[in-house]
Amino acid sequence: MSEYILELCNITKIFPGVKALDGVNFQLKAGEIHALMGENGAGKSTFIKVITGVHHAEEGTIFLDGKKVEFRTPLDAQRAGIAAIYQHVTSYPHLSVAENIFMGHESVKGGMIQWKEMHKRADALLSRLNAEFSSAALMSSLSVAQQQMVEIAKALSMDARIIIMDEPTAALTRSESEELYRISEKLRDEGKSIIFISHRLEDMYRLATRVTVFRDANYIGTYDVAQITPPELIKAMVGREIKELFPKPEVEIGEEVLRVENLSRAGYFRDVSFNIHAGEIVGFTGLVGAGRTEVVQTLFGIERYDSGKIIFEGKEIQIRKPQDAMRRGIGLLTEDRQECGLILDWGIGANITLPELRKYAKRHVTNEKVENTAAKQLAESVDVKAVTIFDKASSLSGGNQQKVVVAKALGSDLKLLIMDEPTKGVDVGAKAAIYEIMGELVQKGLAIIMISSEMPEILGMSDRVYVMCDGRVTGELGRGVASQEVILELAMAKHTHHAHAQGV
Amino acid sequence: MQSQMKSLFKKLRGSRELSLFLVLAILCVAVQLRNNAFLTSKTINDMLKNYSTTITLSLGMMSVLLIGGIDISVASSLAFSGMCASLMMRDGIYTSTLVMFLVSVGIGLLCGMLVGLVITQGKVLPIIATLGLTNIFRGATYIVSGSRWVSAYQFQSAFKQFAQTNTLSFGLINNLVFITIVCYAVFFVIMKWTRFGRRIYAVGSNPEAASVSGININAIKFAVYSIAGAFAGLTGAMYTALYASAQSDMGMGMEMDVIAACVIGGVSLNGGQGSVVGVLLGALTMAVIGKALPLIGVSQFWQTAIKGLIILTAIIINVLAQRMMRKNALKEREI
Amino acid sequence: MTTQVKRNIVIEKEKSLKSLFLRWETLLILLFVVVNVMNASISKNYLNTANLFTAISTFLVKGFIAFPMAYILVLGDIDLSVGSTVALSATLLGVSYNAGLPMGVAVVIALLCGTLCGLINGIILTKFTELAAMIVTLGTMTLYRGIAEMILGSQSTGGLQNVTWFYNLYYARLGAVPYIFIIFCVLAIAFGFVLHKTTFGRYLYAIGNSRVVAHYSGIPVQAIRLISFTLVGFVCGISAIYYASWAGTVRFDIATGYELEAISMVVLGGISTAGGKGNFPGTVISIFTIGLLKYGLGLINVNSQTILMIIGAILIVVVTIPNIRVQKNAAKAIKPAAKRC
Repeated sequence: MSEYILELCNITKIFPGVKALDGVNFQLKAGEIHALMGENGAGKSTFIKVITGVHHAEEGTIFLDGKKVEFRTPLDAQRAGIAAIYQHVTSYPHLSVAENIFMGHESVKGGMIQWKEMHKRADALLSRLNAEFSSAALMSSLSVAQQQMVEIAKALSMDARIIIMDEPTAALTRSESEELYRISEKLRDEGKSIIFISHRLEDMYRLATRVTVFRDANYIGTYDVAQITPPELIKAMVGREIKELFPKPEVEIGEEVLRVENLSRAGYFRDVSFNIHAGEIVGFTGLVGAGRTEVVQTLFGIERYDSGKIIFEGKEIQIRKPQDAMRRGIGLLTEDRQECGLILDWGIGANITLPELRKYAKRHVTNEKVENTAAKQLAESVDVKAVTIFDKASSLSGGNQQKVVVAKALGSDLKLLIMDEPTKGVDVGAKAAIYEIMGELVQKGLAIIMISSEMPEILGMSDRVYVMCDGRVTGELGRGVASQEVILELAMAKHTHHAHAQGV
Repeated sequence: MQSQMKSLFKKLRGSRELSLFLVLAILCVAVQLRNNAFLTSKTINDMLKNYSTTITLSLGMMSVLLIGGIDISVASSLAFSGMCASLMMRDGIYTSTLVMFLVSVGIGLLCGMLVGLVITQGKVLPIIATLGLTNIFRGATYIVSGSRWVSAYQFQSAFKQFAQTNTLSFGLINNLVFITIVCYAVFFVIMKWTRFGRRIYAVGSNPEAASVSGININAIKFAVYSIAGAFAGLTGAMYTALYASAQSDMGMGMEMDVIAACVIGGVSLNGGQGSVVGVLLGALTMAVIGKALPLIGVSQFWQTAIKGLIILTAIIINVLAQRMMRKNALKEREI
Repeated sequence: MTTQVKRNIVIEKEKSLKSLFLRWETLLILLFVVVNVMNASISKNYLNTANLFTAISTFLVKGFIAFPMAYILVLGDIDLSVGSTVALSATLLGVSYNAGLPMGVAVVIALLCGTLCGLINGIILTKFTELAAMIVTLGTMTLYRGIAEMILGSQSTGGLQNVTWFYNLYYARLGAVPYIFIIFCVLAIAFGFVLHKTTFGRYLYAIGNSRVVAHYSGIPVQAIRLISFTLVGFVCGISAIYYASWAGTVRFDIATGYELEAISMVVLGGISTAGGKGNFPGTVISIFTIGLLKYGLGLINVNSQTILMIIGAILIVVVTIPNIRVQKNAAKAIKPAAKRC
């Protein structure tokens, strides 16, 4: 008889080009609240998807109540009593709370849905969670915190014994988080076992008895919360020898290329100010949801901003669409290259030449020879591993695809290149190549804004680092001052301040 | 703050039907003022009887729109099933009105199932599938009828009387109107009180969430198009009874009427939103407009253009309303 | 620094005979030949040049519309209002002429009307990008024909062939070749060239593949959509002019089924309704294939409704085939993976 209600042994999960989990272990005791922590990309979300049956692990076994189990579909995990509550709620926005809770297993008598009884049961669940809304409310009318409560109610309605919460407090305010703590503790007292992923140290110290740390797809260790201090925990999360892969070459910093003053956009970011000079690599880091991507999308004309100034090469400018940005020499590499950066069905060459097609055409008539030659040059300059210029983009590995996107950006005369998570989903070899390319670019006088959640990247490549948290810039660090601990603290700035206030 | 939001949204949700009702009421009053023959019992009865076909068919279109699809072939299935059933009655295969209706519904159901098959198994876009099928069904109608009518004298006298009598409701309401009321009542119950009905909403609201919860999306889609076909069949029989004749071009253009009725009634084209009450009000509004226009001196030739304008206006208003709601939601976000 | 092997990426395309045979156009040409063989066996005079051109001219009137419709489908959109636009433009042409305006002015009015109809579609779609092209063009389809009905009612407007040069637009020939055929060929070459050899055409394919990627690549997505829909309207105006020249009389309910035929021609030609894929020559071949098929069916007295029925069936079959093939391939791909833990 195992003392653990859930145990995972030696789980390995591989995606094309990337190992997301490397032989990780995990044990959950019945009736405990167990925290799972680690940086972005450490493997936490993938791990949760393995537990809930969304992904199949290549290696490893899952034990439920000491017995080996296999989850072929999410439904299997649900039936086994495992429920997950994700950051992005998957619900039916047009339907009521009660329906969202009971969809698929409504109370039925003689073919007719028993609304009264369902609402009663739903309201009972909601009152257990101290919800202030009734089960008749429309799902889309609820705030994110309230929608989360509905998800928890759903889990309870299916008699879940194990509840997993992925970043439950990420979108919540102070008081809403308080509510969630109370609910979690109540569930634990009722005998449920809870795994939650969070970046907030205070969440962990408040709720969990034990914490497991993943780092770089590896299992680092499991610790008693009462016996580990914040600095020790952070060290476990980030501590690694920073192999100086390809440190940024020394480059003379030139004139100011871009200055942003008090940029704001309702609901996304507020009072963001920063600047960058020719030859500089400026890093932007922070936790997911900090607002970094939204800021740079404004610089590229994908979204509008409500107030603030953008000053490019000394002149205030308006950027309303991507063409405006591109005309001035601003380029953007998006975080999701498959969604926004590449047409997967097209060949490498066609992708590379797309933004500047007119350059390779004479009076709008395309010249394939000129295009292909230019594409070949660009592709070779970043060392894309392909045989012909017609190789389909979908056939390349993640790292190669990223190189193609870089080549695509380099087709324009750039003064400023914005790279959003440039090495996400890219293997080590390609990572090194991309860093080298970045080095070459700044040597030519380009300025690079690099958004990244990977610490080695930020510390190894940036001249200066801006840290963002919840839509604001919480700190600016020079190369010498920046360190993993300081950055992580600033990234959780609002929250660690609270943690300090509580005397933790 | 939260309770304020709660009551506001409650109002917004209930208000679609309420404002529709108000618009309809104002419309009726306005027409009555221009021509006081409008709000008489005879006119209203005539209107309901003559538009019972459109009002009933709107239910079929509603279920298709609820899952985010569309079916422009319903008017042609109407013609095909009505024509086939009429031909069989003409040729003496049966004499009962009831059987005629059942045959028509059955044929319509088969048409709808074909539509459902092409869309779910053939994976064809609904608009393309029904664009092709509407021509197939209409062509088939011409073929089976030999491009000839089935005229009044070729029908059973009981059938001819059907649309003018009140037998089904024991003398209270006209038969066709009665059928419409029964359909709406049954549909209302199915949509609100059965798992099947709720699953239709689920698939329309969030197909991915639905399939993860174990709902068979293709089965629901197939069912919904079949239902639309069945309604087309029923409406085909009603149409033929109403005019005591079957013509190959009957019902042409009716698909736009029912789409307009649904769109006015608040059915979202993206799926997941829409109520039976709303569709009823929307269909009644279309009926009133259709009946009222000639009464206030608007030529019948203006009806199609007005229909098109109504559809365009309704969908644009929906978009503007959505944008405003999203803007307000963003302002709520504190950062 | 690692030693870098200088990579040499190839820019010459491999040409293979196999790929030539399996292409959609080859199957299409085959179908075209079959249709002609069938027609020739039905009618002894079929292969007579003069007769052939007469037959071809009839379907060229609506064949024009397939050209810009191809652009719309490549974009991943659809336009159901083409028939109504033709009807409205022809109506205005007839009414203007019969109101006393010179025929030349009436013709310009028809062109303007068509262009305006297309422009309205484009403006609604680009200002309200949340709306799907399907429902907007369903609405304008109803509206435009409704306006034509408002203008003409149950009347017809005719006498258009009294103007000799107008009559000649459709009926005149250069030797044995009708002028309409010549215009058709010129437009076919122009549209095909723009689609395959210009930046505009490349942008159409990009947008059809992924609006998001096109937007991020600096392509003016909404401007291109606006131009394309306006272009459809303009060509509908041309079609209306030729219709009026051919028939001499216009009613509000002419040109029904044009949207089905135009879309079928484009889809049969190999352009996918999903957007981003397909070739123009295919469209041209299928215009002739479907047109001659209709002619042949007319020779054996198949009525027009049945012909539409057959085209509807062709449309569905043609769209379904690639989907069935994709499903089979997908099923093959899944099997090996099932072995995992």
